[in-house]
Order: sequence, then C-alpha cells, then structure tokens
Amino acid sequence: MANETGTVASLVGANEATILPEWLDLQKKAGALQTGRITEAELATQSKEFLHRLRDGLAKGGNDISNAAYQPVRDMLADVSRSRAIQGFSPSETATFVFSLKQPLFSALNADKTLSAAQTAQLIWAVTLLLDELGIFTLEVYQKSREDVIVRQQREISELSTPVVKLWDGILALPLIGTLDSQRTQVVMENLLQTIVDDEAAIAIIDITGVPTVDTLTAQHLLKTVAAARLMGADCLISGIRPQIAQTMVHLGVELNVISKATLADAFAIALRQTGRAVQRIKAADGDKPKKTREQGE
Amino acid sequence: MDRIPILKFGDALLVTIQVDMHDRLATALEEDLTGKIVSASAKGVLIDISALEIVDSFIGRMLDNIAAVSRILDADTVVVGMRPAVAITLVELGLSLSGVKTALNVERGMAMIQQRLDASGSKHGDDDEE
Repeated sequence: MANETGTVASLVGANEATILPEWLDLQKKAGALQTGRITEAELATQSKEFLHRLRDGLAKGGNDISNAAYQPVRDMLADVSRSRAIQGFSPSETATFVFSLKQPLFSALNADKTLSAAQTAQLIWAVTLLLDELGIFTLEVYQKSREDVIVRQQREISELSTPVVKLWDGILALPLIGTLDSQRTQVVMENLLQTIVDDEAAIAIIDITGVPTVDTLTAQHLLKTVAAARLMGADCLISGIRPQIAQTMVHLGVELNVISKATLADAFAIALRQTGRAVQRIKAADGDKPKKTREQGE
Repeated sequence: MDRIPILKFGDALLVTIQVDMHDRLATALEEDLTGKIVSASAKGVLIDISALEIVDSFIGRMLDNIAAVSRILDADTVVVGMRPAVAITLVELGLSLSGVKTALNVERGMAMIQQRLDASGSKHGDDDEE
C-alpha cells in the first residue's frame, strides 16, 4: 500500500508542472473565481500548497487519511473549507477544490509509460478512494463551520431582540420580536423579572406585535412569563395581537386569561389608569402633539 | 428546632423568611401561623420571601396551603419580594399560586392589606384612594 501511494507521491512531485496548471484550469472552469470571493493568485497559492502537502502525505502516510502524515493536509483542508464557509461559498464549490484534482492526477498517471495497465488501474483506484475521503472531510468541516455561524447568529439575534423598555415610573414594556421558543422565553423571562425587581415596576406590558405566529406553545410560553411576573407582584398586560393572530388563537382554543389590548397605546393607557394617572391634553385643538401626563393623587 | 418568628403588625401578621426553608420548618410555620391568625384575629398575613433563594414543590404548596387556610379564617395572604429565579422555578414546577396575592415589596404588600381592611371595615377609604 505504502508502495502504491509512494509511486503516486513521486509522480506528483515529478509532474507538478503539468498537474498544477491543469488543476487550476479545472477549478476556474468550475467557477471558483466567478463570484470574486477569492483572487486567482490566492487560489494558485492554495492549490500549490495543497499539492505539496498531499505529496508529503502520500509519501509517508499510505492511503489512510487519519494517519499522522496527513495532518498538514487535513489542517489545510479544514482552513480552506472554514474560510470558504464564512465567505459564502456553496458546498459544491468547496468540494470541487478537492474533487477537481482527480482528472489531472489521472492523466498524469496515464501519461507515465513505465507503469503497466494493471498498475495504472490499481493506482487510479487508490487515488480515487483517497481523494473521495479528503472530499468528504472537506464537506464535514464546511458543514460544521456553517453550523457554527448559524449558532452564533441565533445567539446574537436572541440577545438583540429582548429589550425591556421603561415607559413610565413603574410601567415596563417588553416588545417581543420573532418566534418565541423555549430558549428565548427563558431569556425574555429572566430579563423581564430582573427589570421588574430593579425598577420596582408594578405593571409590565408584553407587546407581541412582532411575533409572527402564536400557536399553543407560544401561548404557553407567554402565560408562563405572565405567571412568573404575577408571582413577583407585578401585573402583566398583553398588547399587539393582530387580527389574524386573534383568529388563529380562537380557532386553536388558546386562552390567555390576562388583560389583552389591541395596541401598545391602549395597554399603556390602562397601565396609567391602574397606577392612578391619566393623560390629558393641555392645549386646545392644536394638532396632537401637546399631551402631557398629569399625576393624580401625588 | 428553629422556628420562624411571626410578628403582629396592626391587624396583620408579618412573617419574614430569612433562612432556607426545609420541610419541617415549613410545616411548623404553617401550624404556628394558623394558630396565630386565630389568637390575634388577624385580617392579613404578609409573607416576605425576599431572602429565600431555593424553593421546591413542597415549599410552593406550603405557600398555597397557608393562603387557603387563612382565607378560611378570613385573612388575606400576600407573598412579597419573590426573587426572579424563584418565580421561574415555581412556574416551571406548575405552581402558579393562583390563590395567593403577590406584591413587589413589604410596603406595597402592606398597602394591599390596608386597602382590603379599609374596604371591608369602614367605608372611608373609597373616595380617596391612593
């Protein structure tokens, strides 16, 4: 086995001058440069470096890519596919980097007149297996990098989208945006409860204008949040239920059993009234701007 | 065995839980409180759990029981100062303590009890609510 790959290694070494340009041509034909994410010079350096590392691996590591001699090859492939995943290459574009090496290698093997037909076939088979494994490895790393990117984005989104806003003394608003899953509910709940403690808020308005759908699970999450806030001694109002969502909720048989209002403004008015305040116009009929809250009983 | 002190505060009883509750302490509190409500003819019970960091389903049920018992004995129970983590735990345990009134701190809890006393005892407080 080591002999086979050793032969291939010396062949690669000897024919680098023909293999490399052919390989680069193939990669370009496959559209590696089309999107402009990588320059031709970069691609050439990458390909040359990979060919060198592959030759060393073939010379010492046999055809087992988990062998320590292939470590540089694996490292390089991992780097390449990770950077391509982040740059937005498609999976096939990334895999082409490895698979397109087959053709130049095979023609180099065929061109070698010192080998018998049987030997050539055997070597081609060995090289095919090896490059397939390397290709699969590349895709695995690519997939993993993409997943990492997705996980990071999810975390960022959930951090960004759960602010607790103070509307007035003792009145908080929680504008929810996006789908409510268990994980986000946990973050939202903790945020809200902590702010209730910090601000000594008596009323919290949960605004679900930005929640695209409300199913039984989402309703359950909402109710949990409301129940937890009640246990802390704060009242919860729910606002921003859109007409379609209200219909869906009724069809699903979801009951919220809390005070709910159509808009945040309505909920805010209720909250002001419950804390003994009212909004009053202080200038007569001059547009809608001059409004001011008057605090009764204080 | 330790007992949790119950203070009489006007027409209300004030219980401040400063230590982590274990089951026997909870049962003892339930008994003491029931006796005290009757002997002091209290109209309200204020339980301050702001120092309580750990709850389990038993403690949660104990709070519910106290509320139910005192309602029978014509006293309101208000639980005040629950920590966020405790509230989340109770909700996850499925104990929403629907029979218990809650308030953010002792001051507001007292105000709630006072409001009820004003409403039921003499009808003075109605026209000038705070």
